[in-house]
Amino acid sequence: MPTHRRTPSRGCKVGITRRTAFRAAIAGAAAAIARPASAATTVMAVPADAVGLLYDTTKCIGCKACVVACREANGLQADTSWSGGLYQAPLDLNEKTKTVVKLYDDGAGHRSFFKAQCMHCVDPACANACMLGAFKKREYGIVSYDVNYCIGCRYCEVACPYGVPKFEWSKASPKMVKCELCNHRLAQGKIPACAEVCPKQAVIYGRREDLLREAKTRIAENPGKYIQKVYGETDGGGTQCLYLSHVPFEQLGLPVLGEQSTPTLQRTIQHSVYKGFAAPIALYGLLSVVMFRNRKSREADAGKGGAA
Amino acid sequence: MSVQAQPVGGRILTRPFSVLAALFGVAAVLILVRLGLGLGRITAMSDGYPWGLWIAFDVVTGTALACGGYSVALLVYIRNQGAYHPLVRPAVLTSALGYSLAGLGVALDIGRWWNIWRVPVFFWHWNLNSVLLEVALCIMSYTAVLWIELSPVFLEKAEQTNWLGLRRFAARTRPIVEKALLWILALGILLPTMHQSSLGALMLIAGPRLHPLWNTGWLPLLFLLSCIGIGYAAVVFETVLSSWLFKTRPERDMLAGIAAAIVPFSAAYVALRLVDLAIRGQIGALFAFDLFSVLTLLELALTIAATLMLASESRRRRLGDLFRAAMLFMLAGTLYRFDTYLVAFRPGAHWSYFPSVAELLITLGLVAGEIMLYIAIVKVFPILTLEKRHVAYHH
Amino acid sequence: MSRAVPFDPSAVSRRDFVRACTLAAAAVGLSSTAASQIVEAAGKGLKPSVVWLHFQECTGCTESLLRTSHPDVASVILDLVSLDYHETLFAGAGHQAEKALADTIKSQEGKFICVVEGAIPTKDGGIYCQVGGRTAVDILNDVASKAGAIIAIGSCASWGGIPSADPNPTGATGAPQILNTTLKGKTVVTIPGCPANPYNFLGVVLQYATLGTLPKLDELGRPLFAYGRTIHEHCPRRAHFDAGRFANTFGDEGHRQGYCLYKLGCKGPMTHANCSTLAFGEVVDCWPIGIGHPCVGCTEQKVAFRIPMHTTAAIERPVPPDTYPPIHAEQGGISPVATAVAGVIGGALLGAGFVASRKIDKAEADADTPPDTKQGV
Repeated sequence: MPTHRRTPSRGCKVGITRRTAFRAAIAGAAAAIARPASAATTVMAVPADAVGLLYDTTKCIGCKACVVACREANGLQADTSWSGGLYQAPLDLNEKTKTVVKLYDDGAGHRSFFKAQCMHCVDPACANACMLGAFKKREYGIVSYDVNYCIGCRYCEVACPYGVPKFEWSKASPKMVKCELCNHRLAQGKIPACAEVCPKQAVIYGRREDLLREAKTRIAENPGKYIQKVYGETDGGGTQCLYLSHVPFEQLGLPVLGEQSTPTLQRTIQHSVYKGFAAPIALYGLLSVVMFRNRKSREADAGKGGAA
Repeated sequence: MSVQAQPVGGRILTRPFSVLAALFGVAAVLILVRLGLGLGRITAMSDGYPWGLWIAFDVVTGTALACGGYSVALLVYIRNQGAYHPLVRPAVLTSALGYSLAGLGVALDIGRWWNIWRVPVFFWHWNLNSVLLEVALCIMSYTAVLWIELSPVFLEKAEQTNWLGLRRFAARTRPIVEKALLWILALGILLPTMHQSSLGALMLIAGPRLHPLWNTGWLPLLFLLSCIGIGYAAVVFETVLSSWLFKTRPERDMLAGIAAAIVPFSAAYVALRLVDLAIRGQIGALFAFDLFSVLTLLELALTIAATLMLASESRRRRLGDLFRAAMLFMLAGTLYRFDTYLVAFRPGAHWSYFPSVAELLITLGLVAGEIMLYIAIVKVFPILTLEKRHVAYHH
Repeated sequence: MSRAVPFDPSAVSRRDFVRACTLAAAAVGLSSTAASQIVEAAGKGLKPSVVWLHFQECTGCTESLLRTSHPDVASVILDLVSLDYHETLFAGAGHQAEKALADTIKSQEGKFICVVEGAIPTKDGGIYCQVGGRTAVDILNDVASKAGAIIAIGSCASWGGIPSADPNPTGATGAPQILNTTLKGKTVVTIPGCPANPYNFLGVVLQYATLGTLPKLDELGRPLFAYGRTIHEHCPRRAHFDAGRFANTFGDEGHRQGYCLYKLGCKGPMTHANCSTLAFGEVVDCWPIGIGHPCVGCTEQKVAFRIPMHTTAAIERPVPPDTYPPIHAEQGGISPVATAVAGVIGGALLGAGFVASRKIDKAEADADTPPDTKQGV
């Protein structure tokens, strides 16, 4: 029976055996790849010119003027599918809807409206995910979209913990759709359409630090009215769109996130492996050396007339 | 004893081939529909499940099943097990076809497919935080590497053609490729190590939306271990199947050796998974017997069953058992990947997803196309190392 | 100059007169200062000449104008303008009337207001409407070419109205369609409706008479103050629409409750008009929806006499309803057919694999049997 295992030392004059080299290669690769959770949490800094929204559920009357204004300001079509063509009645954010007002009602007397739109995170998962930076945090910390570098892979949609970016499923030439804080209006000196049109100032626009201060003031001055937290202050690394609520935030669909942003784990793993591309280059070097030596010894054996 | 690789020969257009062609034809029509009407019309993907069958199977599982080239290369070129050399060409062919299929799957799945050339070209726009970027670049390069690794096969044949220009080109190019082969082969091991692990890291970005039974920082290593094992299993599967279909005698020693190679990787995978679940306090979740728990237990059960079958020396020698064990292992790996991408990903109970008929048929047709190409290529080009079955029984 | 009817100025009080002028001014969106300008101008006796042409019409628009009664505004307004040709209201007839027309358009050329009521037939040379031996087309072109302002009152004059309904045997069209080819560049104000709301007409005439300008018009020549919104955007029953409360058949409970008539075919969402805010006959709810019949879209060429009355309309600019989506709305679903297909494919593949493995077992057993049994291929 022909043996198909080579004994290590035959014809090999170097100290490192092929088996050891192979094991080292795999182990090295494995170790490099598998540096899990104990990642240094680099909390991203809030941009100095960060702007955002503050939405106060106690002031919202559910008039949906913001939904209409957003559609008009962004040139979107109305989503009338749920109503059979009668009303602009989106069920959720979607390819035609950048903001929506939902109702939380537990049937036991607890009710609240909830305005959903992009949170403009301090460390956005979508921007972390996007291969060519189509989604990127640009001026004023607004996470905006450049369609020229989008290939429609929808990784951003997978990434976002709030489920904000939406894909134009119905189009043959689709884009990603989400609130961009009306940055086209900001450029003209106006404010986001939703904040401009709100009759009760339930959603207001301003610099994040001002909004945060205002939110905390409201909590301090109205004991018992609000849940004692400004959602977005640190949640998921912090967001630029903040929420004040009189009902628990989870009931409004806002996920419970720690202080670490959601892309941190993946990014830390990725960077620790590929820091400066050192590990791949080293591995390539090791592989090349091993393969070179193997070939040499094979040729030597062939020359000696040994079995392959 | 050493037999050269040679074309299988014979008619390409057989009845099974026509069946495959028909399946591919259906897929081709549906692909045109998809291109014309957009993804929403013919797929069941939605904002809740933006990634569906085509990513989970065509790309993630497809590339794992196509890891034969990688796994065999590890064995032959790193561990220097030259006896397995005859398996290299068919494994690399399967890998090349599998990765090309994955590339086609990606191109179909993304919405703005005409922009895909920008990914490798616009390097100053690269977001180095994006794991998907690394996966995309690696897969693109690795597919190229695979076809370059295979090119000597085609160039050999091209040197015998009547067309002078092609003959000259082949004669000039083949030596270049063969000289550079070592460096290319090294890439062919580096690149899959990188992206198969990154395919594991990909879903980590979903954060809390990824179910704890799968949500671990060890995902990259688990995917890597799993894929190496699947690569060997795929090679065993295809070799046994090819020899049965083309009525040739398989090299049992070789097959047994490949099958044995699965065991350490599989054992490490199972051990790592269980240890990780224990450390993260998820053993309770593992036995909660909800959908997530049952699927995880099934993954582990299939993997362990296959590993036990492969670990048995006598079983490894029986082709039927070997074939079944390989299938079982591939099934376990497929389930693991499906689960990580489609089951563990939880957008909320108000969303649901199951691939549409069109998605299923397109996937089926693309796989059929891949098989068609494999058959055609092995019949025309010297890929497989065959020995016709003859009377003397071998042992 | 002949007068329309004998008129006793003392029969109208100054207060009624001022009120009428204010009402008409308000209807056109002019301010209260404009109203006093109107009063002043009327008082000074600066009365523009009006030539009122009748073609294929039912005279409903004239009657509608005359039915304004509180005060007798017809009399008052006829004093604000000099009605120099009006077939319905003239005492005279025949050659006498035609001579009045010819004299007026000559002496008041470039100054008089030409009002057109009724559609203009164009087929067969336009012979289907002739007055004094001249076709309507000729009369219109002749008179309008000399007018200072042209107003088409009613749907018939605006776009053809009921005479133009399929199959339109006379080739009836509206005044703008005729005049846009013959008198390029001249604005034709249209006041569609069947009949038109008289105050819309009065507002335009008053503005022109006193300020010499026309109100802002849309691309069809309709004054925006009256036709800038659809009925749906200003309907008294809108709250019922938003809340999803509809009458489903005539006489049912919803209909009795005064619910929205959308499902009965109301064309309000497609119809630009102000009937919902400016009542006909100066009586509240004196309009179709007010009495419980869906709007038929009488101002719109694409709707009136084309889309059946009880066919549901398309909503032009949908806005949110009275209902809200829940925090997590159920979306998407799993197709049972797809599940079945997947099951079939998966089962087939697994089954085939298993069967193949059995065959491999057998082939192996055969290959392993002693040589005297089988010959290989």
